[in-house]
Amino acid sequence: MKYTPTVGEILQAKGVSRRGFLKYCATTASLLALPPSMIPRIAAAIENARRPSVIWLSFQECTGCTESLTRSASPTVEGLIFDAISLDYHHTLQAAAGDQAEAARHAAMEENDGAYLVLVDGSIPMGNPGFSTIAGISNVDMLLDTVKGAAAVVAIGSCAAFGGLPGANPNPTGAVGVQDLVKDKPVVNVPGCPPIPTVMTAVLAQFLTFGTIPDLDKHGRPLAYFGNTIHDRCYRRPFYEQGKFAESFDDEGAKAGWCLYKLGCKGPTTYNACATVKWNQGTSFPIESGHPCLGCSEPKFWDKGGFYQPLSTGHFGSGATVAGAAVAGVALGVAAATAGKRRQDKYTKEA
Amino acid sequence: MDLLEFARGPALQFAALVLVAGTIWRIVGIVMLREKPDYSEPRASGGYLAALKVIWTRAFTADAFKKATLYPKIMAYGMHAGLFATVFLFTPHIVFFEGWTGFDWPGLPNSIIFFIGVATVVSGVALLVRRMTSPVLKLISNFDDYFSWFVTMLPLVTGLLIPVRALFRYEDLLAIHILSVCLMLVWLPFGKLGHTFLVFITRGTTGMVFERRGAKT
Repeated sequence: MKYTPTVGEILQAKGVSRRGFLKYCATTASLLALPPSMIPRIAAAIENARRPSVIWLSFQECTGCTESLTRSASPTVEGLIFDAISLDYHHTLQAAAGDQAEAARHAAMEENDGAYLVLVDGSIPMGNPGFSTIAGISNVDMLLDTVKGAAAVVAIGSCAAFGGLPGANPNPTGAVGVQDLVKDKPVVNVPGCPPIPTVMTAVLAQFLTFGTIPDLDKHGRPLAYFGNTIHDRCYRRPFYEQGKFAESFDDEGAKAGWCLYKLGCKGPTTYNACATVKWNQGTSFPIESGHPCLGCSEPKFWDKGGFYQPLSTGHFGSGATVAGAAVAGVALGVAAATAGKRRQDKYTKEA
Repeated sequence: MDLLEFARGPALQFAALVLVAGTIWRIVGIVMLREKPDYSEPRASGGYLAALKVIWTRAFTADAFKKATLYPKIMAYGMHAGLFATVFLFTPHIVFFEGWTGFDWPGLPNSIIFFIGVATVVSGVALLVRRMTSPVLKLISNFDDYFSWFVTMLPLVTGLLIPVRALFRYEDLLAIHILSVCLMLVWLPFGKLGHTFLVFITRGTTGMVFERRGAKT
């Protein structure tokens, strides 16, 4: 039988120090809200885990999720963890193509039946199977065929989780998310446009450590990362409380780093870990760079009004509708007064 | 469509249309009512100046009633001033009005608005307790009084729950808050909350009639 190296052996071969590895485990435990006593268990589980087989399916997507996960300035522990999984099928990253690629997918499914993970990025078009195909197979057929023997499915990015941009109004392809189609397997949503790489690896770490998927919120997202709003954890929150807001992108308030609520920040209604985990090796996150949160980890975020429209702005419809209501009010008032006068006349005559 | 989208969209649209149509309906209906014939000789012209005078003087209590009405007057003024501040000086509300009218103005810090909001609810409760314990007020109060109080206090209470994240998540609390505002807007033209737009019309009319009859205003 072919020897499969453990994740620990692979990390060691890649030059990851014990200190660096334990630091990653401690971070993961902290992010998952686990007690420090669980750090050795996480370390042992990850070190001794055989490379889990992962099949990555890309459907209607922009490859931004893959870019997010693979692009790093220097190799990180998270990156190496990804090297350490057995990524048996990934359109963008694999060398094989056509029949060879499909053969690799089937081989991985047979060899790891019931134990492999399916990672999906991109939405699935239900309007017409021909809208998006791979090797002549429609996205929906490939998804349902692949998840049959999977241990769990992870929907990477907002497209796979909720339909995302392809599913935005008027949704020409009839795009849906993975959870709309896969009902008999555990589905974890890691939304974001793109999602945070650390969140992705932590979901895998939990799976490797405990063999379970993390606790999820009502949208199927790991609570450890999607339990708080961006607003709750935002370093600009004190400015919101003080009533100090940037009015435009280049005013004094923006330069002073004041709250971006008036510029359309969706932080108060967006659940994600951007404000705590941050991006680019913990460098910053969009609000720290001076741009309001778009709410990209929320369902249908493309259709929730303008990105730069403040959250408390109402949607009243057209002025013509309001004018129509005013005209109706005048008509009702005239009718009511006329009816009142007639009644008055009637009683006056009777008297 | 989630609850917040429903609240910000169709529910708010419906409430705005009912508010506009209902308010104009009430005003036009009242203005077009036939005036009672005045058979007495006018003591004065009873013009708009008389109307303005009564609108101003009725804002203050007559000397004879000052002592007896001091407590409800403080509470009522406190509640109305609090309502004004929480509605018009809270920045997210200003942003809401700006999206609607195109105008904006400076707001107060959230902590101050929160304090004002709590004080407003306290004064509202104090007024309700008085209404329910005073024999005279109890006798003349009906469903309209209590329901109008309820729909006024509901947006305040739901709004105060948002920053403390009580019971529900932020977006659900915000949706509930907006829906409570919608309920208030729909009720406003038809119940006693109609005094929002009728108060100056009725006081002005009283002033004009009283002056014509020679009453001291």
